[in-house]
Amino acid sequence: MTSALGALGSAVLAMLASIGRVVIFAANTVKHLALPPFYLREFFQALVQIGWLSLPVVGLTAFFTGGALALQIYAGGARFSAEAVVPSIVAIGMVRELGPVLGGLMVAARVASSIAAEIGTMKVTEQIDALVTLSTDPMKYLTLPRVLAATLSLPILVAVGDAIGIFGGFLVGVNRLDFNAAAYLKNTVDFLETADVVSGMVKGAVFGFIVALMGCYHGMNSGRGAQGVGRATKSAVVAASVLILAANYILTEVFFTS
Amino acid sequence: MIELRGLHKSFGQNHVLAGVDLSIERGKSMVIIGGSGTGKSVLLKSILGLITPDRGQILVDGQDVTQADRDAFLARFGMLFQGGALFDSLPVWQNIAFRLMRGSLKRPKDEARDIAIEKLRRVGLKPDVADRFPAELSGGMQKRVSLARAIAADPEIIFFDEPTTGLDPIMSGVINDLIREIVVDMGATAMTITHDMTSVRTIADDIAMLHAGRIQWTGPVGDMDQSGDPYIDQFINGRADGPIEAIR
Repeated sequence: MTSALGALGSAVLAMLASIGRVVIFAANTVKHLALPPFYLREFFQALVQIGWLSLPVVGLTAFFTGGALALQIYAGGARFSAEAVVPSIVAIGMVRELGPVLGGLMVAARVASSIAAEIGTMKVTEQIDALVTLSTDPMKYLTLPRVLAATLSLPILVAVGDAIGIFGGFLVGVNRLDFNAAAYLKNTVDFLETADVVSGMVKGAVFGFIVALMGCYHGMNSGRGAQGVGRATKSAVVAASVLILAANYILTEVFFTS
Repeated sequence: MIELRGLHKSFGQNHVLAGVDLSIERGKSMVIIGGSGTGKSVLLKSILGLITPDRGQILVDGQDVTQADRDAFLARFGMLFQGGALFDSLPVWQNIAFRLMRGSLKRPKDEARDIAIEKLRRVGLKPDVADRFPAELSGGMQKRVSLARAIAADPEIIFFDEPTTGLDPIMSGVINDLIREIVVDMGATAMTITHDMTSVRTIADDIAMLHAGRIQWTGPVGDMDQSGDPYIDQFINGRADGPIEAIR
């Protein structure tokens, strides 16, 4: 009994210590925003890697999700003769929830893993130590550009994903469910509010911050060898995904329940 | 020029450095020898501030390194890492000129590239290597590029961490000769860690042997063979029997 309690206590302490380390890492990253030098080249490279090159995966995810959503809402709505809500619910569902969450999760899978693997490999091959000896702060050179690029590019990715998702729903609505194209579009525009779009983009920014932060944190704290890098990569994706879902709930509470 | 006083560092129960005292004179080439896992790399990384010692003092030109301006302090150093530690994402010339394109030593891109190519020549590589990526080079070429990066900003102090590990004997000889030449030409203070005795005899002015967390013996390389110290005798002759346990 005592040993079980001891083990539980150790696990809780270890978890709290991990949370503390992540918070300190996040605070350090944000602090560097205000302190030159800034590595613009690395920032623009990260923008391309994280933002531009994630567009196909986010777009495809949104497109198929929008289409499936239209079919589901039509089938569900038919139970109480409310098939007409398909355009508005697809739009609201995509913009408020599915666009940012699925976009965030797809970027977590694609970007958190690659950042953690890249930085983890740099750590085990002493490239991080080499940066320090060359008078370059790894937080400034590696972490800040990636976190900033993800935080700024995710809202744009989410907005583009929203539009593609709504378009997927539109195609299914018009071609499979016999909606009138003009009426579908009018319904979408009429029911969608600016706050819906903005809330989704704010969620995107938060998710972007989480994704890059987790990638960098786990990469910087990678263990030795191939196994250490593999573990860091896995931890980065799992932590980013869980934190995205948790943050999504909190942000939804903040935006839509007051 | 570099003075270590009572340096201690532990990792958990493992006391890697247990009171290291050592002096390295300006312009001299000091080689630290010792078995695997005796803390040679920890010692070197402690001086550079990559590892924080638990106790003790590190003085460079009489100044405590913890009090020094970090940027100015690191600008005096060059370091050749064991595995090269070249940045995969940058072409060779940008690796070499990394320090010259950023921070207090920043200069125009063309000038930085010219210096990188001159340093490439210095380590025996042709300018056409400049635009290749580290992954496209052999192990020996990577080591040379890493050496070129270490000397790019003409540092006063150069550290070499196991410079010949993983190289064939001929390439090891080439790297050893290059290191010796560069250190003499530049008049730099050098500190090398290795367990390759050919490196020791080529590179060193002085040697120090690290054992059980302390300096076991230190002196000019010429005195090494007649040191009378059983530890150093066993090490330089590669004997399994002696005071150093073969299985650690």
